Amino acid sequence: MNVPNDLFYTESHEWVRVEGENARIGITDHAQAELTDVVYVELPAVGAQVEARGQIAVVESVKAASDIYAPVKGEVLEVNEALSSNPALVNTDPFGEGWIFVLKLSSPEDVQQLKDAAAYRQAIG
Amino acid sequence: MSDAASKTTPLYEEHQRCGAKIIPFGGWLMPVQYTSISDEHQAVRKNVGMFDISHMGQLTASGPATAAWLNRMLTNNIDKLEPGTGQYTFLLNERGGIIDDLIVYRTGPEDFLLVVNASRTEEDLAWLRKHLESGIQFQNRNAEYAGLAIQGPKVVDLFRTLFRREIELPARNQIRDYDFLGINLTIARTGYTGEDGVEVFFAASDAATVWNEILARGQSLGIRPCGLGARDTLRLEMCYPLNGNDLTPEHNPIEAGLAFFVDLNKPDFVGREVLTEIKEKGAARKLVPFKMKAKGPPPRPHYSVWRDGEQISEVTSGTLSPSLNQGIGLAYVPAAHAKIGNDLEIEIRGQKFPAVIEKKPLYKKS
Repeated sequence: MNVPNDLFYTESHEWVRVEGENARIGITDHAQAELTDVVYVELPAVGAQVEARGQIAVVESVKAASDIYAPVKGEVLEVNEALSSNPALVNTDPFGEGWIFVLKLSSPEDVQQLKDAAAYRQAIG
Repeated sequence: MSDAASKTTPLYEEHQRCGAKIIPFGGWLMPVQYTSISDEHQAVRKNVGMFDISHMGQLTASGPATAAWLNRMLTNNIDKLEPGTGQYTFLLNERGGIIDDLIVYRTGPEDFLLVVNASRTEEDLAWLRKHLESGIQFQNRNAEYAGLAIQGPKVVDLFRTLFRREIELPARNQIRDYDFLGINLTIARTGYTGEDGVEVFFAASDAATVWNEILARGQSLGIRPCGLGARDTLRLEMCYPLNGNDLTPEHNPIEAGLAFFVDLNKPDFVGREVLTEIKEKGAARKLVPFKMKAKGPPPRPHYSVWRDGEQISEVTSGTLSPSLNQGIGLAYVPAAHAKIGNDLEIEIRGQKFPAVIEKKPLYKKS
């Protein structure tokens, strides 16, 4: 299972890439493999304010709908519109083209509370 | 209920070897998918796929009084069954509610095989034993038998490849025994996918051999092992009801649109009086298939169904159809609203999405 070293992770299987004062967020390779064929992504609204661990998006597979949580507090700056027409990007490129949204971080140091790659690898066994 | 999901079929190890994702279903640990629900769905629509159905109950009943007894227990007419033929039928309670839907095969003049839903097997057994009459040998052979559903347009080619010669499969709804590598296979031309296909029953001890031989010999035809995920999307495209979702003791076959499998002209069967009355008055609600009008989140069981600003029902089955790439589902709606072409709205996470009542089946082969 791919767990890139330069990302932060949550227990609910989101990944976070720090880009200056912003964070790009998606779901991990492990999560997409568990969810299987993603058929719909409900994107957050740009401008939405969200608390850490607040429900922010929904990823749906053929079998089930799964909530996606904001790993840290912030404001939604950008969402991945490409997922509207091609939700399977979450499966085929979870850490790249399959990103879901970008948050403007309320406090950049919040990401230090998240898991690093080694801790996440351990969490998913 | 700690052991509720602990039962495994004789093919459990083969599923693991094939990389299956395993889920609890009806008291069993079953493969939901091996590679992807969409891929397995398409394999069945285009080539051929194989499902383990060993979790389904296989009840046998035999003896001179059996046909008359089953005719009182089940809704369809057993007298119309020649030996070697099966029919879809219902087991009802006294209120006309559905205990189970099943296929009953007449395997001999006085011998019957009932293939029932895994999740309902214990209740079926309890009900049938309670009503059992003397002189009938009735048992659940589930522990000693395995079952496979082999479905898809290439099923005839597959069996020619398996037997390495022309073999004539039984005609639709017929059942016959075949010798395969010294193993007795009981093959029925039935299924739950809308494709040509068979359901095959044989001794549990031969399960791994049969499974692996079919996968190996069918490779050139593109055969794929398929899980419950694809089984569900395939049946829903055909609007075949799923017990527990679309059929429950709170529903009857008439409102489910399945009166064809109820013979009200039989002298007597459990639930007949209630169904006769419903038939005369007309069902108050009807199970209808619907399709989402635009791309969006797929409908799912228990989502609210709205019409003209009023909540009229909830979804009983829903998914994204892999063949249509569109949300589809089933719902019971008040009879007055149950017209093809009527607009509905499905409420998904507080938002309403437009849908329309369609004709069955939702998917037709082009």
